[in-house]
Amino acid sequence: MQSFQEIILKLKQYWAERGCVIQEPYDTEVGAGTMCPETFLRVLGPEPYRVAYVQPSRRPADGRYGDNPNRLYKHQQLQVILKPAPVDVIEQYLGSLEAIGIDLKQHDLKLEEDNWEAPTLGAWGIGWQVMLDGLEISQFTYFQQCGGIDLDLVPAELTYGLERLTAFLQVKDSVYDIEWAPGFSYGFVRHADELQYSVYNFEIADITMLWKLFDLHEGEATRLLKLYDPKAPDKKRFPLLPAYDQVLKCSNLFNTLDARGAISVTERVGVIQRVRKMAVGVAQAWVDQQGAAAAAGVAQ
Amino acid sequence: MKPPVIEEVPQTPAPDPATEPQKQRLDVEIAAEASGLAQRFLLEIGTEEIPDWMIPAALENLRLLFEKLELPHESLRLDATPRRLVLRAYGLPLRLKDREERVQGPAKTAPAQAVAGFARKLGVLPEDLVLEATAKGEYYSYKKKVPGRAVKLILAEALPGVILGIYFPKTMYWTGKGGPRFIRPIRWIVALLGEDIVPFEVAGVRSGALSAGHRRLGAREIAVTASDYEQRLRDHYVILSAEDRREKIVSQMARIRVKKDPALLETLVYLTEWPKPITGTFDPQFLQLPEEVLITVMRHHQKYFSVEDASGKLAPQFVAIMNTESDPEGFIRRGNERVLRARFNDARFFWDSDQKKKLCDRKPDLAHVTFQAKLGSYLEKAERMMRLARELGGDAHAVRAAELCKCDLTTELVKEFTELQGVVGGLYARVQGEPEPVWEAIYDHYKPESMDDALPRNRTARIVALADKLDTLRGCFGVGMIPTGSKDPFALRRAAQGVVRILVEGKFELPLFDLIGPDENLRAFFEERVKYYFKDIRGFKYDEVNACMAAGWGNLVDLEARLERVQALRPTPDFEPLAASFKRIRNILEQAKWSGPSTVDPALLEAGPEKELHDEYLRIAGQPVESTIAKLRPKIDLFFDKVLVNAPDERIRRNRLMLLHTLREEFSKVADFSEIVTHS
Repeated sequence: MQSFQEIILKLKQYWAERGCVIQEPYDTEVGAGTMCPETFLRVLGPEPYRVAYVQPSRRPADGRYGDNPNRLYKHQQLQVILKPAPVDVIEQYLGSLEAIGIDLKQHDLKLEEDNWEAPTLGAWGIGWQVMLDGLEISQFTYFQQCGGIDLDLVPAELTYGLERLTAFLQVKDSVYDIEWAPGFSYGFVRHADELQYSVYNFEIADITMLWKLFDLHEGEATRLLKLYDPKAPDKKRFPLLPAYDQVLKCSNLFNTLDARGAISVTERVGVIQRVRKMAVGVAQAWVDQQGAAAAAGVAQ
Repeated sequence: MKPPVIEEVPQTPAPDPATEPQKQRLDVEIAAEASGLAQRFLLEIGTEEIPDWMIPAALENLRLLFEKLELPHESLRLDATPRRLVLRAYGLPLRLKDREERVQGPAKTAPAQAVAGFARKLGVLPEDLVLEATAKGEYYSYKKKVPGRAVKLILAEALPGVILGIYFPKTMYWTGKGGPRFIRPIRWIVALLGEDIVPFEVAGVRSGALSAGHRRLGAREIAVTASDYEQRLRDHYVILSAEDRREKIVSQMARIRVKKDPALLETLVYLTEWPKPITGTFDPQFLQLPEEVLITVMRHHQKYFSVEDASGKLAPQFVAIMNTESDPEGFIRRGNERVLRARFNDARFFWDSDQKKKLCDRKPDLAHVTFQAKLGSYLEKAERMMRLARELGGDAHAVRAAELCKCDLTTELVKEFTELQGVVGGLYARVQGEPEPVWEAIYDHYKPESMDDALPRNRTARIVALADKLDTLRGCFGVGMIPTGSKDPFALRRAAQGVVRILVEGKFELPLFDLIGPDENLRAFFEERVKYYFKDIRGFKYDEVNACMAAGWGNLVDLEARLERVQALRPTPDFEPLAASFKRIRNILEQAKWSGPSTVDPALLEAGPEKELHDEYLRIAGQPVESTIAKLRPKIDLFFDKVLVNAPDERIRRNRLMLLHTLREEFSKVADFSEIVTHS
C-alpha cells in the first residue's frame, strides 16, 4: 500500500521529470492552490512556465469538526501548471495516474464538463472534472482569464485532490483512516486542527476583529496599488508581491467570516467585489511590471 | 432520415476499387457511380472531450454549414462521440460540372475598336463573339466556359471555416491569445475525399488520414480510409453511432428493472465511446432515507440509473455506465459503490442534523436569506405569499404552506442538493407532523417546472404555487428586472408559463389582470406567454388565438373554451366567408374612423337587405354563435351585395355604420373574427 506521502512524492517526481519547477507550499493561507502567486501571477504574461506544488488549502465553511469522513477544513491539493498547455496534456495527466499505480485499463475514466470560475480572482477557465470509477479525483482547467485579463498563453491547470486520491488507492472509507506515513494515520496527523479550526471558525472567531483585519489588509493593498506608477523608471522594485499577500489575507478573512455566518447574502456580492477589485488591480499592475522587466531583459 | 450504415470488413491494404469486388455497397453509391458521382467524403474533427449536451446541436450545425457549400451529394450522415464530430457524405463528384457564363459586351452599333477591346479583354478574337438581341437592341456577347472546380480544392478551402463556424454555447482558445476558438482543443483532423487527403490546417492541426481510438483501450493513432473508418474505430473500442451506443446500453440493461430516464440515457450516450452498464448495490438501510433524496444523489451527482423492485419501490441497487469494456477485478463496481456510500452518508448526516430544528422554527432565519437585493429577504417573500394565498381563495392549509415553503432553504440538505428545494421542505413537514395538504403543497410548490412537468397535485398546492410565481413575477417586474432575449436569471418565463398552465389546466377562473396588477410590461409579458401556450403547446392556429384573445383574455379558462369553439367552427362552410365579411366590416369601420356608441335607429333602415340583416340580428342576439352563423351569413352577404354603406345621406350612413358596429360587437364576444386569416 502506498502511503499519502509516497503518492505525493511520486507525483512530484513525475512532474519534475516533465520539466516542472517543484515549488513548496505558499506560506499565506489560501482557499486553493490557484490563489498562490505561483499560479495566479505566473499564468499572466507571455513567459512559459511549469510548476508543481502541494498547497494546503483552507475552506473554513467545509470544516466538520473532524466528524465527517469526506469533508475537511484544510485539504492538500497538488497543483500543476503547464504554461502553455502541451498538445498531449491529457495523456500526460493520465500518465501521472499510471505513475501512482492506477492501471487505467482496469478502471473507468470520464472527463465531465466542469468550467471553473473564481469570482474573487476575476479568473475563469474551461475544463472538466476527472471521474475515476465515479469519484472526482481532479479538476482540469484551461485558463482563459486571470485578474480579468485574457491570457497570452493558455495554461493547463491540473488540481489533484490528494486525500481523495489516496483514500481511493488505499481503499479507505474515511479520510482520517488513510495512512500518511507508515505508522501514522491522517487522523493522527491532522484531526486536532480539523476540530480546533472548526470550533474557531464556526463558534469563537471574533467577528468584529475579523472585519477590522479585513479592512486593514484591504487598506494596505489599496494603498500600495495607488502608489504603483507604471511610468516610474524603477517600477521593477515596486512591492506588488506583498500587495498580493494582502489580497490573500482578505480572501481568507472573507471565507472565515462567511463560515462564521457573519456575511449576509446581500453583503456577500459586495465583499466579493472588493476582493476582486484588489486582485484585478494587482494582476494588471503585475502584467505591466513584468512587461517592463521582459523589455529590460531584451535590452541587456 | 438515417441513411443505412455501411458495415464493411476491415480491408488492409486499401482495396483497389478497380479490382476489389464490392459486395456491400449502398445503392445510392452505385447509382452515383453510374452518373460519375462516386466519391465518399469523410471529415472527422478530433477533439478533447466535448460536453455531452452540446453534441447533437453541434452536429446539426455542422450539417447546415456543409450543405451551404452546395456540393452535390447523394446522402449525408453525421455522427459523434465525446471526442469526435464526424461528417460523411456519399456520392460527391471529383469535379463540379463545367458551366457557361454569358459576358455581355458593347452594342452592335459601337465602334469596331470597342468590340476588339472587349474581345481582347476576354482573350478571344472578335469573330468568337456572337450578336444577341436584347430589349435594348443587339449586343455583342461571349459564352465563356467556366471549368468546374475540383471538389477537393473547394473542400480544402472551405473546411477550416466550416469547422470553426460550428456554433457552441461556450468556446475557448488554446493556441494563444487571439487564436481560433472551439468548444475544446482540436487535436486531429481526418479529411478524405475518396482515397485522397483533403489538405488544410486548422488551429495548427493538419488534416490527414490518422484517427484515434478509445483513450485507454484503443491505439492513439489509427490509419483509416473513408470506407473502413467506422469499422477501424470499432476495432479500437469506439462506437461511432450514438444510436448504436444507446442501443447497447438499453439492451444490456434489459434484464434489470431500471427506472426509465431518457435524459440521463442521452447524457451517457454522449459521455462514452464504448459504453457498458455495470450493476452495483448499496446498503439497504439507506432506503430509510426518502427515495427522492437517494434518486437525486444517484442521478444528478453520480449519473447512475436507479433500480426498482417488482413492486415499483426503490431497490438497493444502481446501474452505472462505464466507458470501458469490462471490470474483471471488480475495481470499478467497488469504486462506484464506495463513492455512493459516501454520498449517502453525507445525505443521511444532513437529514439527521436538519431534524434538530423544525421547519417552522426556521422561519425567522429566512430574514437572513436574500430573495433579491431590491425585493428583500425570503421572510418578506413568505409573508407576501401568505397574503396572496389568502387572496387567491386559499384555505388555512394553503396559508400555512405558503408560510413554511421557503424554510427548507436554510437546511443543510437543500444547500447540498439545491435541486431538491421544495421537495425537502415537503418531506420535513411530513415527518414533523404538518397536515397532509400542507406538506403536499410545500412539496409541489415549484411545479410545474417545465411544460412536461405535472401540475401541483391539488387545489391547495396550486394556490401556493400560484402565490409563489405571481409574487416573483410582480416583484421582479416591479423593480425593472424584465427578461430580455436569452437573459432570464430568475426564470420568469417559466414562472409565467407555470401560472398560465395552472390557471387553464387547473380550471381556475381567476381574473388574470387582477393577479398581474397594473404593470404594463408584465401584462405584455403574460400576453406573450398565453399566446405561446395556446399556440405552441396546445396547437391552436395563431389566427384563432389572436381572434379569441382580441375578445378578451382576462379569464383563461373562458379563453380556452372559446378557442375550442372557434376551432370546432372553423371547418364549417359558413365560417370563413363570415370571417371575411367581418374583416370587411372592420375595414369599413376603421376607414370611417367609427367610434360608438349609439344605437341603431330602425326608422332609418332601408327595407330589403338592410332591414333583413337588422331583423336577423335582433333574432339571434345573445344566442351562441354556433347556431347563428349559418343564418347570419346569407344576410350579410346580401347586405354587402346590395347596400351602399357610404350613403349620401349622412344620417343613413351613420346608421349603417352603427348596424355593422353592433353586429361586430355581438359576435366579438367569442372572438374577433376579423383576425381570422381567410383564403377567399
